[in-house]
Amino acid sequence: MENVEVQIDNQMPQIDKSRGKGLWFEAWKQLLKNKAAMVGLGIIGLLILTAVFAPLLAPYNPIETKILFRLQAPSADHLLGTDDLGRDILSRIIYGSRISLQVGLISVGIALVFGVGSGVVAGYYGGKVDMLIMRFMDIMLAFPSILLAIAIMAILGPQLSNAMLAIGIVNLPRFARIVRSSVLTVKEEEYISAAKSLGASDLRIMLKHLLPNCLAPLIVQSTLSIAGAILEAASLSFLGLGAQPPTPEWGAMLSAGRASLQIAPWVVAFPGLAIAITVLGFNLFGDGLRDALDPKMKDK
Amino acid sequence: MLTYIIRRLLLLIPILIGVSIAVFLMIHLIPGDPAKIMLGERATPDDVARLREQMGLNDPLYQQYLRFMKGLLKGDLGRSIFSNEKITTELFERYPATIELTIASMLVAVLVGVPVGIISATKKYSIIDYLTMTGALAGVSMPIFWLGLMVIWLFSFKLGWFPPSARLSVGVDLDNITNFYVLDSIITGNWIALKDSLYHLILPSFSLATIPMAIIARMTRSSMLEVLSKDYIKTAYAKGLSQKVVIYKHALRNALIPIVTVIGLQFGLLLGGAVLTETIFSWPGVGKYSVTAILSRDFPAVQGSVLVLSTTFVFVNLLVDLLYGVIDPKIHYN
Repeated sequence: MENVEVQIDNQMPQIDKSRGKGLWFEAWKQLLKNKAAMVGLGIIGLLILTAVFAPLLAPYNPIETKILFRLQAPSADHLLGTDDLGRDILSRIIYGSRISLQVGLISVGIALVFGVGSGVVAGYYGGKVDMLIMRFMDIMLAFPSILLAIAIMAILGPQLSNAMLAIGIVNLPRFARIVRSSVLTVKEEEYISAAKSLGASDLRIMLKHLLPNCLAPLIVQSTLSIAGAILEAASLSFLGLGAQPPTPEWGAMLSAGRASLQIAPWVVAFPGLAIAITVLGFNLFGDGLRDALDPKMKDK
Repeated sequence: MLTYIIRRLLLLIPILIGVSIAVFLMIHLIPGDPAKIMLGERATPDDVARLREQMGLNDPLYQQYLRFMKGLLKGDLGRSIFSNEKITTELFERYPATIELTIASMLVAVLVGVPVGIISATKKYSIIDYLTMTGALAGVSMPIFWLGLMVIWLFSFKLGWFPPSARLSVGVDLDNITNFYVLDSIITGNWIALKDSLYHLILPSFSLATIPMAIIARMTRSSMLEVLSKDYIKTAYAKGLSQKVVIYKHALRNALIPIVTVIGLQFGLLLGGAVLTETIFSWPGVGKYSVTAILSRDFPAVQGSVLVLSTTFVFVNLLVDLLYGVIDPKIHYN
């Protein structure tokens, strides 16, 4: 028995590897041809570089207030102007990229781990477990997403870390659904029965055989969800439920600039533009990835 | 069809019960004593105890839920901690404002999004197609709260074309019958109020409509492109029918199902987005009410507004499902 398992295990990765490489290679080739996706990738790359090198790029301290320089229009000294406390808007946007990236990655990470976990369990075990998990997801989907995030924030209290958790929870059902439907089709395949008859544990089957099959749609969903998460976090901060002052978060910056909109529109305009460009970048790249990895989902 | 409607209505029950449990549990999931949090740090232990008693927080959980449900079925959601008014009354006043804004936005989104999608599809790979689809992608990525503020700055502060907030100008009188201002002004024949309320609706509804409009345009384009490549379209052209007839009579009807699905899904986005738009435009709806309630830790009011908005969403989704049958006679509800 032991020998057979070793033998099969030695062969399986080989088959998977060649197949996997082909799929990913083809997808990458197609992605390279997609101009919009490359623009998206460029924006994401720029965002990551800005976040990493924020201390080197930012001309001023993002939280240092200089009341004498308040609400200055864009100039050579302050390229994007200053806010109501005299802080340099460009510097705050540069540091804000760190927060947006962090929010996107962490909240989607939360959704991914718990969504994938519950989706695999629901699809694999079926029956009552499936019904229980999926009805729970249905109830979550019965709430408009931003409203659910707001409700969760009401429970947890206004804080950036709570906002990430709330957004993660809100996005969880989508991942669960994707994984569950994939698992439902794959679990009837012969190689799963073979693995079972060789005594592979449920956990091993889920991790080694079922999950790799949903990887492509999961990557697509994750990229698009990062765009959504950044937007949702900015919305929560805008409403005063996410990042709190003086954190240079883009949504919170917009919210603070509202009072001076009439006399200093740049305080609102530039952080909003930063959000829009970042979200556009992830959307463009996500769309491209979907076309390349998941032809069935094209144009949906 | 009738069996299907009944089955769908029955399926609603567990979802609505689930929603009610989730909303009910909100208060109990708050870390710490909800009564203490609601009253703030300066509250005396006596005040906290009184509020706990008043809200029935000392009773077992199932009893509290049963009482919550009993109240709910009677249309009683308790009293606001902040204003001490009945929450049902407060929501009743604000709900029409939210629905009016949502419907206006949906109209804008559909009336602009669908034609743009059709033009894009019929002029595939042209400059117009390229421009509209780039615009649509930008629209999908737009933070609506930012867009709202920018249109206020441009159209209210700079150009002075539209009012930046509220539903009606000061000094314009309107008899409230349904609290839907547009409807009320039509019913009462008050044309000044009609013009004024429409005037106030334009900026918030266009801002709120941006994302759904972009999504609908993209979906219309892809759905139309799929249908336009079908053989029966070529046959229709071969028969000598005009492009107008082929597109609107043959293609659009068949392309409608995915478009309607997407339109239905956008209602959720609109109801959620209303929270942001109402805050920006000081629109006195349920969305703004819920944000104020959260910031003042008025949990019963938060529960009420979340419940009302999510129940609306559930019913809209049902309506969309039922609409499929009307649009596509091929669908059998068995």
